[in-house]
Amino acid sequence: MRIQAIVVRIIRQFFRDKRTLALMIVAPMFVLFLMDLVFNGEQYEPHIAIDANVPQPFQDALKEADAHVTTMTKAKAMNELDEQQIDAFIEMNQTALRLTLEGSDPSVSKTVLMTVQKASQTLMPPAKQPFTIDAVYMHGSEDMALFDNFGPVLIGFFIFFFVFLIAGVSFLRERTSGTLERLLATPLKRWEIVIGYVIGFGIFTTIQASLISSFAIYILDMMMEGSFLYVLLITFLLAMTALTLGTLLSAFANNELQMIQFIPLVVVPQVFFSGLFNLDTMEPWLRSIGVAMPLYYGADALREMMIRGKGFEAISFDVYVLISFSLLFMILNVFALKKYRKL
Amino acid sequence: MAIQLQHVSKQFHKKEVIHDVSLEVHAGEIFGILGPSGAGKTTLVKMIAGIDMATEGTIHVLGSRMPNLQTMARIGFMAQSDALYGELTALENLHFFASIYGLKGKKKKERIEEVLQLVNLTNDMKKAVHQYSGGMKRRLSLAAALLHEPEVLILDEPTVGIDPLLRQAIWEELERIRQKGTTIVVTTHVMDEAEKCMRLAMIRDGRLIAVGSPDELKKQTGTTTLERAFLHFGRAYA
Repeated sequence: MRIQAIVVRIIRQFFRDKRTLALMIVAPMFVLFLMDLVFNGEQYEPHIAIDANVPQPFQDALKEADAHVTTMTKAKAMNELDEQQIDAFIEMNQTALRLTLEGSDPSVSKTVLMTVQKASQTLMPPAKQPFTIDAVYMHGSEDMALFDNFGPVLIGFFIFFFVFLIAGVSFLRERTSGTLERLLATPLKRWEIVIGYVIGFGIFTTIQASLISSFAIYILDMMMEGSFLYVLLITFLLAMTALTLGTLLSAFANNELQMIQFIPLVVVPQVFFSGLFNLDTMEPWLRSIGVAMPLYYGADALREMMIRGKGFEAISFDVYVLISFSLLFMILNVFALKKYRKL
Repeated sequence: MAIQLQHVSKQFHKKEVIHDVSLEVHAGEIFGILGPSGAGKTTLVKMIAGIDMATEGTIHVLGSRMPNLQTMARIGFMAQSDALYGELTALENLHFFASIYGLKGKKKKERIEEVLQLVNLTNDMKKAVHQYSGGMKRRLSLAAALLHEPEVLILDEPTVGIDPLLRQAIWEELERIRQKGTTIVVTTHVMDEAEKCMRLAMIRDGRLIAVGSPDELKKQTGTTTLERAFLHFGRAYA
């Protein structure tokens, strides 16, 4: 009953503030559209596994061309490809080199192809080349654009960013305008306020997440192999995490500007660990920081779903972690409100 | 007795803002808390309303020790700032607060109409609150505090920034509410407002310097105005 009152109030406020409503939905779409137009690639040293039947001179030539080369059986290599431990596997198939690529990151695929070509050219002049190269893609394809790879991360990031900011600021306003104190002078319980906010904003973020995901997938034609419903589930959970984290942190800001100061501290670092940049080039201790970041799980799940077309088993862990983050932030929020009323 | 404070002290970051205050507010009276800004009036009423907690001492409202959520449902509180949602209309604001206090259906509609009439905002109820003037916002805040027919009404500086005519109207309204049996606690730093209270507590630097009816306080100090009486009591403590 009381929770419902908060939910209805938040929804009404949203519809009055058309600009914020537009910011939450149109701004992410706009930035995704821009990213779609301008994206470029970067340098990367590929991890290539080779079958024992590949000639030794070719192996040396690969190493010469800056590849990390390991020898393994085909079965093991397929496994590692699936887990993204390696980028490609090469085997001899009569006179042709058969190249299997993991393929979900087009810049990596391109680098692998270039490395293999370079290696075979140093071995033989192009005219007399004994090998033909046969490339097979595990995920994705030759014409997958770089944006397809970054896309899922960007969807996750923008939803996280805007929900974090808007939820944080509106909860902060509740405090600076005195309405929070007014609410705490009523018999309203602290957890009822938190739940009211989660549901009120939850309804909005569901609409927001579905509009942004549909825009990216159906209008920008972003690669989409898995189920749309799972994509919605992940974006919704990511929004919930952003919402609960935003309202929690707003307790530690005194005005809107201080809320914005949390962006470089809390939101931007998550971008580095979201898979937008290649994590393999990072120090292991640095990489482990990503484990504490919600966006790391959200982006991972979105990629599994959109690029690799996996089922729920592949994202279940990410889903549970995101739910746990939201619950943890909600509980902490109930405690943070103690600052304003002990009871 | 509606409200009873016994040896109440309050510390913020080791700084004592309320020092050993004991007082009683009788049922059905308008009780004023008079003091300059920064004296601790707001802290005191927030503790009575159950938002803040005393560091030492006890506060009882309507027979139960504060803070207590059940008792808070029987208290109406109007804060110093107009705690209203600017994007929403007056009607929507009142609907929200009515639901928070558990009012439903027909009863809720009736109460909203009644309080809107009381503060004379019926004609502007569909306007967004951010278009309201300062005085209209104050009246709407008062209406929100009256929705659930509280037995104790706590008002923190209700007439700040309000023109004399409206101030007069609000005080007449408070008197009408009191006659229905509501106990009213009101803070003020304006002397002529304090005159209108049945009994007064004078507060300076977090200490209670005097309690009594305006006439008693003037008689005790042999002065003709409350301002002089306040200065007299203040000196005695300095």
